[in-house]
Amino acid sequence: MSRRLVAQPGPETVLQTQLSNGLQLLVRENHSSPVAVLHGALRVGSVYDSPAQAGLASFVAGMLTRGSEQYDYDRFNAAVETIGASLTVTADTHSTDFSITCLAEDFLGLLALLADSLRHPTFPDDQLERLRRRRLVQLQEREQDTASVATRHFYEALFGRSHPYGQMNDGYPETVAAFQRVDLTHFHAHHYSPQGAVLAVAGDVDPSQVAEVVEQCFGDWQTPTPAQPTIERIRRTDAPCIRVAMANKVQSDLVVGTYAVPRSDPAFYALRVANTLLGQFGMMGRLGERVREEEGLAYYCYSSFVAEQEDGVWLAAAGVPPTAVDAALESILSEFERLGTQPVPADELADSQAYLTGVVPLTLETNDGVASTLLSIAWHNLGLDYLQRYPGLIYGVTPSDVQRVAATYLDPRRCVRAIAGPEEP
Amino acid sequence: MSIAGSAGPSPWRVGTEPAMQHLDVVSQTLPNGLQVLLRPSYRAPVASFWIFYRVGSRNEFPGRTGISHWVEHMLFKGTPRYPRGQFDKAVARAGGVFNGMTGPDWTVYFETLPADRIELALRVESDRMANAVFDPAETELERTVILSEREGSENDPFYRLHEEVQAAAFLAHSYRNPIIGWPSDLHTLTREALYAHYRTYYTPNQAVVVVTGDFEPDAMLEGVAEHFGVLAAGPEAPSPAFVEPPARAERRVVLRGEEPTAYFLQGFQAPPALHPDFFPFVVLDSVLGGAKGMGLFGGSANNRSNRLYRALVEQQLAVDTSSSFGPTLDPGLFTISATLAPAVDPQAVEAAIWAELAALQRTGVTDAELQKAIKQTRAQFAYSSESVTYEAYWLGFSQVVASQQWLADWNEQLLAVRSEDVQRVAQCYLQPERQTVGYYVPLTEESQPT
Repeated sequence: MSRRLVAQPGPETVLQTQLSNGLQLLVRENHSSPVAVLHGALRVGSVYDSPAQAGLASFVAGMLTRGSEQYDYDRFNAAVETIGASLTVTADTHSTDFSITCLAEDFLGLLALLADSLRHPTFPDDQLERLRRRRLVQLQEREQDTASVATRHFYEALFGRSHPYGQMNDGYPETVAAFQRVDLTHFHAHHYSPQGAVLAVAGDVDPSQVAEVVEQCFGDWQTPTPAQPTIERIRRTDAPCIRVAMANKVQSDLVVGTYAVPRSDPAFYALRVANTLLGQFGMMGRLGERVREEEGLAYYCYSSFVAEQEDGVWLAAAGVPPTAVDAALESILSEFERLGTQPVPADELADSQAYLTGVVPLTLETNDGVASTLLSIAWHNLGLDYLQRYPGLIYGVTPSDVQRVAATYLDPRRCVRAIAGPEEP
Repeated sequence: MSIAGSAGPSPWRVGTEPAMQHLDVVSQTLPNGLQVLLRPSYRAPVASFWIFYRVGSRNEFPGRTGISHWVEHMLFKGTPRYPRGQFDKAVARAGGVFNGMTGPDWTVYFETLPADRIELALRVESDRMANAVFDPAETELERTVILSEREGSENDPFYRLHEEVQAAAFLAHSYRNPIIGWPSDLHTLTREALYAHYRTYYTPNQAVVVVTGDFEPDAMLEGVAEHFGVLAAGPEAPSPAFVEPPARAERRVVLRGEEPTAYFLQGFQAPPALHPDFFPFVVLDSVLGGAKGMGLFGGSANNRSNRLYRALVEQQLAVDTSSSFGPTLDPGLFTISATLAPAVDPQAVEAAIWAELAALQRTGVTDAELQKAIKQTRAQFAYSSESVTYEAYWLGFSQVVASQQWLADWNEQLLAVRSEDVQRVAQCYLQPERQTVGYYVPLTEESQPT
């Protein structure tokens, strides 16, 4: 269409700069709507939580929007909500992620608010107790949800509850109940740092003005280099099957899978393509076709490939009637086996490659999509030409690559299985 | 393949969402009765195609509940031209995303695609409007899939409470039924009944097509006429004649269960989209429960300064609360929900909510609250208008439950709301005899966190 204005974000259209303290800024200017969106992250996450303090990183992130030097709780709420904006902070395993969505006219003010929240939280005692009460109820809700319980047992079985990839990011009732204010202030003082941090902005903004305000708000943030956690590589060789009986339930949720590769592994793209084919494409790939469409066993059945910094997981999940758990597991595992033992037809592979590359314009439609894509590019150090290189990476995957990664990383004999649902029928 | 408005706070609520302020919509009705709405935009090289059918759980009779939603599932099960699996693969292969949803007042299907491939959506949707097969074996397989969908929801105690409250809140109107249907109906519905429902409602004269995004309107109109124009109009579909009698009695539901978290859900019969009280009610909902997202998806992540949050969460009676209100064809439900703090008596939550409702009835809302609702509206509109998918959804459902004018006037209507209007609708609608109150009470109180 001739009237199309928009080029893909790339080296020519994104401002990229770095502050002297290591914080990276990317800005993509887009004046098609009066909106500005920021997605950013610091390199601090639950990977720093000791087993006795599981959930601490997440709790600290939750406290940042509950009081800082310039904005106490009420002032923060008023500043964000009266202008219809949102400002969020959450912790993941390796990152603390934050975002701003607002009308462009309000963006610079919210940048200052974000900086105060990240750098100068006050951790007020009354808010600490409120957040604790809320979190304890949320943990209780997690434990009454079959899918969450199955997922928790799956990860705990795979890595162990004392491993950063095995323990729950939001912790456990006994750890959250024990947090003291000093734990929070200590965690913030020792782990929050601009080094390696990324701010990605897209929207109706002036990039040089954004860079100026980011320098004002974050430029004098100096911290010692935080110690890097060591992450032990776990490979259990048995394949346990965990079954959790829960009261009042009528359906079972199951999770089955095993270890994969970290984000930086050269096999990442082969796994991404293989996973799309197995449990994402169309109505959830081969798994959806078989378990839902052909066998009518489940409302949902899909696969997921999670690539973390140091390791990865490849899993399938389904919600099935309790009487169909074993049949569904057998079908899923036989699809794992098939993918590893039989070459995928060329046209089936081409379909998944066409989807993964063709859907990119949809993910870049909104400022939200652009900002989160830029964050991901900078976070993983992929280079601003990544979107231009991406089709080549996806189309470079061959049928034998798919078969090889499935044979290597989806061996049914090594898969951990976790099922949560009603008592055995 | 999901259900709109089935569990928890309704995803089809609107809250304070604004109108399309620049309504450069091309509107036309084909000779076969198909309504077509086109809104071109050139922000990104994408386009979204939506087709709404004027049928949902509202049209369903006892013994046939869940039939609209099941029909929606069957439209993914193949036509002679696109046998099962071919439709979804064709869209995905083109880099597109798709889904179907069933609500009380409509059933909808959409595809969002790279702009140069949008014609595929016209092809597949015009095909399955008329040619879905409803193969008997596929129909039986889908029965277990839908039962599994229902049972997955039933695992959630709040879903169970919501279903009970909704059923208690209406005596005669079909809004009482869950969109997914009652289990007994899901066990007994036949292929013939499903197919008859499909043939009755899936006609061009009962559908609205919306296309938004990067296309030339003349060419698109031609394309829509080419693909859909050949479909014959059907007889006028039966219009449901369910009329809810005036609410005379307060209704109470107490649901007990093993899950240890306690929930509260209260519903009031509320004005439909075209009622003059609708817009004051939108402000009322926003002041009580905070800014809402634009329609189906999203919503503000920050919602801690509204009246209910302050009364319930800040006072430590609850750990979360929200309100929900959406545009409907017939009078629907305004709901207030809360996740209770440990060991709190649900009656204390109910009393605290009533104190807030009484304050609205006594003194209305402040200017600051009105201003906030308007600014939030502007912001939510701007966020949503970035996505051709959201835009198309808004245009389409407005056409089904109200009109394009209703949508075009949204901002003006909202700006015209005065404190006295909010006060008046609070007095009129938020009365004890119009409410249905639901408690979910854990059986094992001692397992609550302390």
